Amino acid sequence: MQQRQLELAVGVFILLGIIALAFLALKVSGLSFQDARRDTYTVTAEFNNIGGLKPRAKVSIAGVTVGQVTNIGLDPLSARAVVSMAIDKDVDYLTTDSIAGIKTAGVLGEQYISISVGGAPDVLEDGGKIRDTQSAVILEDLIGKFMTSMGSKE
Amino acid sequence: MVKHIQALGAWGLDVTSGFGRATLVWWRALWGRPDFRDGPRLFLQQIYFVGVYSLIITVVSGVLIGMVLALQGYTVLVRFGAESALGQFVSLTLLRELGPVVAALLFAGRAGSALTAEIGLMKATEQLASMEMIGVDPLRRVLRPRLLAGILSMPLLAQIFNAVAIWGAVMVGVHWLGVDAGSFWSNMQSAVDFSADVVNGLVKSVVFGVVVTWIAVYQGYDSVPTSAGISAATTRTVVHSSLAVLALDFFPHRRDVRRDLIICLLHNKLFH
Repeated sequence: MQQRQLELAVGVFILLGIIALAFLALKVSGLSFQDARRDTYTVTAEFNNIGGLKPRAKVSIAGVTVGQVTNIGLDPLSARAVVSMAIDKDVDYLTTDSIAGIKTAGVLGEQYISISVGGAPDVLEDGGKIRDTQSAVILEDLIGKFMTSMGSKE
Repeated sequence: MVKHIQALGAWGLDVTSGFGRATLVWWRALWGRPDFRDGPRLFLQQIYFVGVYSLIITVVSGVLIGMVLALQGYTVLVRFGAESALGQFVSLTLLRELGPVVAALLFAGRAGSALTAEIGLMKATEQLASMEMIGVDPLRRVLRPRLLAGILSMPLLAQIFNAVAIWGAVMVGVHWLGVDAGSFWSNMQSAVDFSADVVNGLVKSVVFGVVVTWIAVYQGYDSVPTSAGISAATTRTVVHSSLAVLALDFFPHRRDVRRDLIICLLHNKLFH
């Protein structure tokens, strides 16, 4: 009888701990099992400068999230950044002439990749490469240009 | 002069041999064949005494600390128009630093001192010695389930602490002070990373659990078996484990927190 109550209390305690961890994982850190399960295919793109892009950044078309950045590397020959993206399988209309650009949410916010779909007849397969890319806009460069153009006017 | 140097040497020897004895206690308690007959029952009993009994103080202080954090964070952030970053501020503070540390301090005060006093009294009343007489190893019979229960309970308590503290912060921040619930949660989710923050906090609390129960059990086992000795050992448990927790917490990730906070403040100050 007493042993049963004790076991029950311990069970409730351990359950509470696990529920708390699940709450922290799912609700607080936004971890979702759906992303991992969803079928994706990989597309790469080379950028001159990726700014502050990080793995797990979102990839979107017209603002709708369609995938995420899985890996960022450097191509030793061209010394350009190679970004691998996992794109949802349902998005099978990325044409070979699509353009990938690195955009910023807000001016100092998180950076993400925005893809504009082109009109070519062929679509990208798994492991395909987006040729047209736009690098990240670096705020310091912009300010620098602005300052020099101000200086030259005077 | 020579006397002082000698005193220093005696103190050094004392500390070193203390570490040695603590390691031996730890080793002899956990090493060896697990006891399948009585082990699980004793282990459960100790989780009950160590974990379940600490639940109430952990939950109450968790809610209150979450509420205070939200209130305090809000009054600072609202000055910059950045109150939507409250969720981020509260959750990062709790998950990375405050949750594991405060839960461990409470655990040391609530469960650690009780463990020391219990084992110390067992030693003073010669229960441990009589166990040895009948061929039961008190280290395995008494200390092992307590050590294991502490190591299991601490991370669970820390996660419960974090969860209820965030709930307390939601109560104050969202329901009382009127931060928008959507931006509160979405800011929090975009700032908190599962492996870097949640798992990091979990690992921290496991380490704290090991350290606190180890100190508590060792102090009890090593106490002078008199009433004054037990009271001194209990005090040492609380002081040593609190200091150990705070010192150990200082190792990881100090820079990241500051950087994130500065970025989030700047961002909200400039563009909202």
